[in-house]
Amino acid sequence: MNLSPNLKSFLNEAGDIARFTGRFFSQTIRPRFEWNEFIRQCFVIGYLSLPLVGLTAFIMGLVLTMQLRPSMVDYGVESQLPAIVGIAIVREIGPVITALIFAGKIGSSIGAELGSMKVTEQIDAMEVSGTNPFKYLVVTRVLAATFMLPVLVLLGDSISLYGSYLGVNVKGSTSFYLFWMQVFDNLSFSDVLPAFVKSFFFGFAVGIVGCYKGYNSMKGTEGVGRSANSAVVLSSILIFIIDLLAVQITDALGIN
Amino acid sequence: MLMQTEETEIQTTANDQPGNVVLRIHHLYKSFGSNKVLVDFHLDVIRGESLVVLGKSGSGKSVLIKCIIGLLEPDEGDIEIFGESISAMTAEALDKIRARVGFLFQSNALYDSMTVRENLEFPLRRHWIQVSQQEINDMILQALDDVGLAHTIDMMPAELSGGMRKRIALARTLILKPEIILYDEPTTGLDPITSREIIQLMMDIQDKYNTTSVIISHDMNCVRTASDRVVVLVDGRCYALGTFEELSRSQDEKVKQFFA
Repeated sequence: MNLSPNLKSFLNEAGDIARFTGRFFSQTIRPRFEWNEFIRQCFVIGYLSLPLVGLTAFIMGLVLTMQLRPSMVDYGVESQLPAIVGIAIVREIGPVITALIFAGKIGSSIGAELGSMKVTEQIDAMEVSGTNPFKYLVVTRVLAATFMLPVLVLLGDSISLYGSYLGVNVKGSTSFYLFWMQVFDNLSFSDVLPAFVKSFFFGFAVGIVGCYKGYNSMKGTEGVGRSANSAVVLSSILIFIIDLLAVQITDALGIN
Repeated sequence: MLMQTEETEIQTTANDQPGNVVLRIHHLYKSFGSNKVLVDFHLDVIRGESLVVLGKSGSGKSVLIKCIIGLLEPDEGDIEIFGESISAMTAEALDKIRARVGFLFQSNALYDSMTVRENLEFPLRRHWIQVSQQEINDMILQALDDVGLAHTIDMMPAELSGGMRKRIALARTLILKPEIILYDEPTTGLDPITSREIIQLMMDIQDKYNTTSVIISHDMNCVRTASDRVVVLVDGRCYALGTFEELSRSQDEKVKQFFA
């Protein structure tokens, strides 16, 4: 069968990423575990991303509220503004925007760091120093990205809702207590759980793609730049694909 | 001097000194796609000697050294280090062998995110060497003293010059007191003065610790100064073997091109 070169290259890369992911799982379950490096990566990937995630979440909540207000006023449901914004942020906008910011910051940083280590033989140096570089570099980063993104999403949602509270009060007056009561009265378990679960998959996608691109980086410094760039592009696309699948699954399971 | 021609096969084994052979390469083949890089390469390295593998860029020198340390898997053939075949080894056994074989990378391969101290500490920690923190500190200072850079202990690799980075990489290689050190083009990218300093340092280390050195190079100054024996790698084969003086008198065209 004659396949176009682009399709062939796409299928080859998809196969390589699948093999890389399989290797990740097989290496993750085997001792020894790199706990120290995992904790360090949680700090770098999670804690150090908090200022950026927090800032973007705050602005997002504020702007979303201010832009929704005129339409809500037109329909005479201004009092429902906290509930609508709360559901939008918790169910969709919070996880997706946080994941995209995360992909931009962490996906590119992992891609560039591992790519640079690859082309300067640092990964080989680790191997001859009695270290399994895949476990030390890839497993720790992917796990840290997988577990830190949901935490960032929860924190980002809270900061975003606080931004929304300030947005509500720009042209109106709502007490802090009333705002939160309205948000939480209209949120249910089925709003929070699917959003929380899908953020694990978003984090995994960012981690595995960043590591794959960096670990297989070639052609010197040009390749490092390309790895960082393609890590962001591919992980962003995967975030939307996972989001699409998640909504289909929650629909099918009746979690709405 | 021993030469390989179309009809003859070079004698590269050291049958008279079997106990002293620390590294034995048997009929090694390595290809990348259709590109045959190593073809029936065989060689013995004797304990305490300094052997230089000389060849053109892209002739497979780095591939050879990476096969020796197990970073690349040969297509065929076998490599024995201290009498043990590395192809049959488990990952744990290979790690133990690697603790006895140092590798100086062409690009130094210092970890950018770690200080000089952490770079030197890394192999000690990862090879699970049972030593106290005080002993680790002493070993780091000793290795840095050996390369004359004790004052850089808390610096980052990015703050060091090219020559200093090479010395720190050598210190990291030395920290486990390896019996064999593999040098991958140790003077590439250095100015002539720094190159001479690095070569002198390599020779001092060999004298001090009685290590065996396998040096990959195309720097003739390095070959002249640091070699006890020289292997000329041509078309993936061990084409000629001898001392620098023997090979420099060779009338063979392929050998002469290096020594002209």
